[in-house]
Amino acid sequence: MSSLILLLATLLAAIISYVKDRDRTRKALLASCRSFLGVAPALLGMTALIGLVLALLPPGVLGQLFKSHGWAGFFLVVVVGSLITIPAPIAYPLAGSLLEQGVSLSALAAFITTLTMVGVVTAPMEIAYFGRRFTIARQSLSFVLAILIGALMGVVLP
Amino acid sequence: MKMRRYRFFAGILALDLALSVFRPAMAHAAALNSVRFLWTVMLIVPAVMVLVGLFDVWTPRDVIERNLGARSGLRGAGLAMLLGTAAAGPLYAAFPIALSLQRKGARLANVVIFLGTWATIKVPMILLESSFVGMRFALLRLGLTVPGVLAVGFLMERMMRTPQGCPVILVGQVKSSG
Repeated sequence: MSSLILLLATLLAAIISYVKDRDRTRKALLASCRSFLGVAPALLGMTALIGLVLALLPPGVLGQLFKSHGWAGFFLVVVVGSLITIPAPIAYPLAGSLLEQGVSLSALAAFITTLTMVGVVTAPMEIAYFGRRFTIARQSLSFVLAILIGALMGVVLP
Repeated sequence: MKMRRYRFFAGILALDLALSVFRPAMAHAAALNSVRFLWTVMLIVPAVMVLVGLFDVWTPRDVIERNLGARSGLRGAGLAMLLGTAAAGPLYAAFPIALSLQRKGARLANVVIFLGTWATIKVPMILLESSFVGMRFALLRLGLTVPGVLAVGFLMERMMRTPQGCPVILVGQVKSSG
């Protein structure tokens, strides 16, 4: 649904741009094509990897992982959150179901943060855009941030 | 076109192929998952690319430089957050936009703040988060994440500086119109 809105908005923007300035629009679309071809290898790699990881992990395994408690459980949750990147609207229901299974609030906060900010599977795409150094630095800093947020949440909330 | 850049994809395909020999059902599921995910991605990424291309030719460089550039200060960081939180979509859709902002003169800290906000701070999503994990949790996480994302942005800018003190020019493989 939201991608339909995105597609319509893009089409509308392209038409308006074309009416206003034909040459400029042609140049823009050519540049879009080039950058799409540039990112295609990383894009294909990412989709193939995600499909493989999801197939190798049986559905029950994730739930089982989160049943372990204490520090080991906390770090396990953070690491699992770092592997995959999920958009927020999908992450929250998942977090909700984990809460019902008895996951601590601080682990949950750290999990949501790594889930949305750090993603080993999207790293190839990030590297294609910003280079290896940028990607490693941003993802490690975000990882540390997630642990800090989780720890602070644990202090403030009972 | 350099075929070497496809080696990561080829490696995963080889793994899939090996899996199809030993565990055909699992390989089938992997292929199905990948195609389904590729479909989602293809609904989003090409459209974002076109929007970014149009943004590139229509936005004057000095507008970005003035508002998000080296001397934009805290107002620039706030604007980067506003831009990041307004949009919805997966993080990989934000990469081309962030790169375009950077090429138009936005400072690195603001680019990273934009990415971080896009990823994890979604003001319109607070209600959703509250309904699943509680209002107190959602607000506290927001209160901790905002300064955290700002700190990551400014730290990144420091870390990426060259010894001469100039921020490095990011080297990706994606070419833009320039």
